Amino acid sequence: MYRYDEFDARFVAERTEQFRFQVERRLKGELSEDQFKPFRLMNGLYLQLHAYMLRIAVPYGTLSAPQLRMLAHIARKYDRGYGHFTTRQNLQFNWPKLKDVPDILAELATVEMHAIQTSGNCVRNVTSDHFAGADAEEVEDPRPVAELIRQWSSLHPEFSFLGRKFKIAVTASGHDRTALRYHDAGVEIVKNSDGRVGYRIYVGGGMGRTPYLSYVVAEFIEKPDLLAYLEAILRVFNESGRRDNIYKARIKILAHTLGVTAMRDRIEREFAEIKAAGTLEVPEKECARIEAYFAPPAFADLPETALPTGGALGDWVTSNTHPHRVRGYTIVTISLKPIGGVPGDASHEQLDGLAALLDDFSLGELRVSHEQNLVLPHVRIKDLPALHERLTALGLATPNAGLITDLICCPGLDYCDLANARSITIAQEISKRFADGARQHEIGDLKIKISGCVNACGHHHAGHIGILGVDKKGVEYYQLLIGGSAAEDASIGEILGPGFGEHEIADAVERVVDAYLKLRQPGERFLETSRRLGLEPFRTAAYGEQRDGAD
Amino acid sequence: MALIKNGTVASDPYTDVADDAVLPAGPVIVSLQRFRAERDGLLARNTPVGVRLAPDQSPEALGGDLDRLPLVVLEFAKFRDGRPLSWARLLRTRLKFTGEIRATGDFLYDQIAFMVRVGFDAFELPASVTPALFQRALGEMTLVYQPSTDGKKTIRELRD
Repeated sequence: MYRYDEFDARFVAERTEQFRFQVERRLKGELSEDQFKPFRLMNGLYLQLHAYMLRIAVPYGTLSAPQLRMLAHIARKYDRGYGHFTTRQNLQFNWPKLKDVPDILAELATVEMHAIQTSGNCVRNVTSDHFAGADAEEVEDPRPVAELIRQWSSLHPEFSFLGRKFKIAVTASGHDRTALRYHDAGVEIVKNSDGRVGYRIYVGGGMGRTPYLSYVVAEFIEKPDLLAYLEAILRVFNESGRRDNIYKARIKILAHTLGVTAMRDRIEREFAEIKAAGTLEVPEKECARIEAYFAPPAFADLPETALPTGGALGDWVTSNTHPHRVRGYTIVTISLKPIGGVPGDASHEQLDGLAALLDDFSLGELRVSHEQNLVLPHVRIKDLPALHERLTALGLATPNAGLITDLICCPGLDYCDLANARSITIAQEISKRFADGARQHEIGDLKIKISGCVNACGHHHAGHIGILGVDKKGVEYYQLLIGGSAAEDASIGEILGPGFGEHEIADAVERVVDAYLKLRQPGERFLETSRRLGLEPFRTAAYGEQRDGAD
Repeated sequence: MALIKNGTVASDPYTDVADDAVLPAGPVIVSLQRFRAERDGLLARNTPVGVRLAPDQSPEALGGDLDRLPLVVLEFAKFRDGRPLSWARLLRTRLKFTGEIRATGDFLYDQIAFMVRVGFDAFELPASVTPALFQRALGEMTLVYQPSTDGKKTIRELRD
């Protein structure tokens, strides 16, 4: 993985001291909360419902054992013993004290970590495929490009006070695991007809109050021109994005108001100038320098090995492994969705426990997925029984990756001051409802995503089944959405109808799922059945009983 | 209010003139609207004229007149509104403006280093920023990842 050189290290150290001075001035009253806010946000510090929350960057979702140990240490020393992995591959601590935050950042810096641009109206921490470097299908490892973007976007002098946040994802696989088309800008690494590697660029995706999928704004950008093209997009956004209404300020609104032709023309004009100036051109040497850090680890030459079957181990292997590009290896998803648990939470014991097994079982690497799970990218198939045992002891062997209880959920009203409704409790109830493993496997690939408000941190628009918490006169209600996807077949879910009460929503989900089981054709996933049949049969299923029971 | 120019405290030869005020003698700063309305007369005075742009006014609006202006003032209406950062950059790159780019309005200590990087060379300091603090702001981050109009060597160049 990427290692800081002296320059990266000094950059992060100076950034920490800069923030320490900001905190000092805030505590002395020299900065008002209003003035402090954008600067603390750019260093990952939110003010939530009950306390500050610190969001630590995990660039493109890659973590090492020393980094995991540091996160465990911070959870113990400065927080309440646990952290929460987010839908953007980051880690949040929910209870830090303002006065401690500079020290936390200084400790993080010792393991090449920081909280830079995990929040605020700037280019956010770049995300990528959690199977990067291990997936059989990828064109090339997307992480060097993500790292290049991370460096370019860090404290960008022109783009640190944008109209709204700006999220970039990078993927290199035909199977998209980054929710690429829901990002402000997406970079898809592709090969053109000459076999040359370059980038297809998407612009204008986003969730929130007005969801949009991005469109392709450039079919093929050459490797040396990537940063020039991204800079052009950002300049158009900074100059012309709306600033009168927070809900209209993302680039998705500008992109879809202008339309692809006008948007492309605007970007091309800037791009031509930046490219001509040449200062942002990425030299081959720099690409090679960064790529060297992501060179494949020393894989052993292993024989073809069958995956273990049968029993608890077999169930877990079926749902939680994915084909690796090297013979004898597999990719393991560690579910952070124990039945009835809080999606994405990990305790300091678990973080330490994982650090202890990384070298033995995954060539030293761990990944964070945008679905709030962890991934061991390089596991020998013959090690699976031993690994399963170790994970079981840590409470991390839930056999549900990709199944209905592997749901995404935002922190909701339990933590967040933007939320209208709780989402964790709903996630827990649905998880318990579908706890039975055989039933989960029968249902198959079904993604439920839950947000506690329209800001959509729980990706409800992109759920095969989405749930959106709303507040109606002080009472929490939950709307159901059907048919969303964040994958390569991206789509925006449609609202089924009026909301359900907090004690009705799990029943409604169950009725929708039962209807799917009755209606599906052989081999059809929930998403495909809902696309084939439309909303109506699910609407009937969801509301039938409730209507009967009402008045 | 202190004016910092090219890094040091400087006296300000300009008078910032409201749209409905009578033009005083000597160098003046006027809004884009007034400049447009009184362009010929202002340029014929043979006294330096600066134009003040609001955050939603691109300097491209000045067109060919830019060659005759020694000063463009970019106004920060709210410190969170970062459009002037792009306008300064545009002035220095596409428009090849070599005159003074001055910041006025609601900006904070914490933004000064960014502003210098994109081409501002003069600052009407807000009350919260002393000249000493201004200097401190420039030294907080000694390394940069992006090339910009300040020509500062990037981390990539330092690696070579």
